[in-house]
Amino acid sequence: MSEQASNKVSEANPSIVSDGDTPIDLQAEFNSTHIQDVLDELDRELIGLKPIKTRIREIAALLLVERLRRKMELTSETPTLHMNFTGNPGTGKTTVAMRMAEILHKHEYVREGHLVSVTRDDLVGQYIGHTAPKTKEVIKKAMGGVLFIDEAYYLYKPENERDYGQESIEILLQVMENNRDDLVVILAGYKDKMDRFFQSNPGMRSRIAHHLDFPDYTPEELLAIAKLLLTQQNYRFSSDAEKAFAQYIERRMQQPHFANARSIRNGLDRARLRQANRLFAKKSSLKKMDLITLEPEDILASRVFQQQIQEV
Amino acid sequence: MMTNHRNRITQGQFSFLPDLTDEQITKQIKYALEKGWAVNVEYTDDPHPRNTYWEMFGMPMFDLKDPAGILMEVNSCRKTFPNHYIRVTAFDSTRGWETPRMSFIVNRPKKEPGFTLVRQEGPSRHVNYTVRSYAADKPEGQRYS
Repeated sequence: MSEQASNKVSEANPSIVSDGDTPIDLQAEFNSTHIQDVLDELDRELIGLKPIKTRIREIAALLLVERLRRKMELTSETPTLHMNFTGNPGTGKTTVAMRMAEILHKHEYVREGHLVSVTRDDLVGQYIGHTAPKTKEVIKKAMGGVLFIDEAYYLYKPENERDYGQESIEILLQVMENNRDDLVVILAGYKDKMDRFFQSNPGMRSRIAHHLDFPDYTPEELLAIAKLLLTQQNYRFSSDAEKAFAQYIERRMQQPHFANARSIRNGLDRARLRQANRLFAKKSSLKKMDLITLEPEDILASRVFQQQIQEV
Repeated sequence: MMTNHRNRITQGQFSFLPDLTDEQITKQIKYALEKGWAVNVEYTDDPHPRNTYWEMFGMPMFDLKDPAGILMEVNSCRKTFPNHYIRVTAFDSTRGWETPRMSFIVNRPKKEPGFTLVRQEGPSRHVNYTVRSYAADKPEGQRYS
C-alpha cells in the first residue's frame, strides 16, 4: 500500500505545477500509517471525551496531509504540535497524552514515541545553578518522544520572585522553539490555574498551538468506564450490582474531592476488596462465577452510602 | 607518529577516517543507545596516548532514547572548547563488561602539532624512549589556542 502511494508521489515530484491534477491516494497513505488502529483503540478504550477525540482526529489528519506535502516537497517546516491539556483530575489527560505519543510516532513526527511524565520537582532545582542541568536532563530524556508536564502551573510561582521555576520555563521555551523536530511538549493542569499560568507567561501561550479542554464525565459515561475497567480485570457486575454502582456514582459525585475516572477506579478497588472478604467469610463451595461477579452488597457497604444515611 | 598523516592522533574508533559528520555521529550514538549503554561527552587538551581519563562535560546521560539530546550536548561542548579533543564514550554497565564499549573522537584542534620522540640515556648503553606532544609544552588550557 505504502509503496503504491510513494510511487504516485514520486511521479508527481518532478514538477508540482504540471502534475497538479495527479490524484493522490490519501486513503492508501492513511492505511499505511496504521493510524486507524490507534484511533479505533482510542474510541474503544476512552469513553466520552467527544471534543478531545475530534481534536485528535483533526491533528491526525493534519499530520497525514503534512506528510504527503513533505513527500511532494511542498513544505519543509514541521508544524508546531506542543499542546496544553486542561481539565479536572481523573478526566484522562495522562492517558490521552500516552495515546498522543503513539499517534505522533505512527506519523513519524517523533522518532521514538515514548512519554516522559514529569512534575515541577523533576524540572526545578533547589539552589542556584541546579535548575538548568535538571531541566536539560529531563528534556534530553524526552527527546524523540513526548514530554508531559503534569500540574504545569506550579512551575511559575509569582509570590516568590526568587523562585527557580522561571528559569526552567525559559529553558523549556527555548527548546520548544529550537528543537521542534526533537520533542513535543504537553502541559497539563486545572483550567483556571493554567489560564493564570499562561497570562503571566505569554511566550508559553504563543508557542502552544493546541489547547484541549477535557470535559467532566457524565454519570452514564462513568458507569461505562467502570464496566470497561472491570472487563479488563476479568470481573463483572451482577445486574443488581450495576444498579447499585450507578447509585454509588451519583452519590460519589456529590462529595468533595471527586476525581472522575480515578474515583471510580478507587471505588472499584474497594469493592473488589469487599468481594474478597465476602467470599472468604462464606467459605462454602465457590464457583468460578463467584470469583468474577461483584454483588450489590460489595458496593452498598461503601462509606459513600453510610455518610448519606448519617446526614439523613 | 611519522606514519600518521597530518599528525592526527588516533584514539578510539574511526580515528583513521575523516571527521564524522553530525549525521554519522547521530547514527553511532543511536547504536549505543539501542544497546542500552550510557553515553557521555568528554574533553581534553592533552593528546598523549596514555591519557585515558578525560574531563567529563556535564553529567553522564542515562535513560535516553534518542541521540538528539547527546548531539545537543556535543555541540555545546564544541562551543565551549572549540580547540580541544572531544570524544563520545558509551559505557556498558552489564556485569562482566562494566567498561566503555564505544569511544570516538568528535572534535579535534585545528592544528595538531604531533609528537616528538624523547630519548633518555640510562646506565651503560641503555636508552629509554617516550613520546611527548609538542602541544603539551604549554600549560593546560593554552595548548591549542
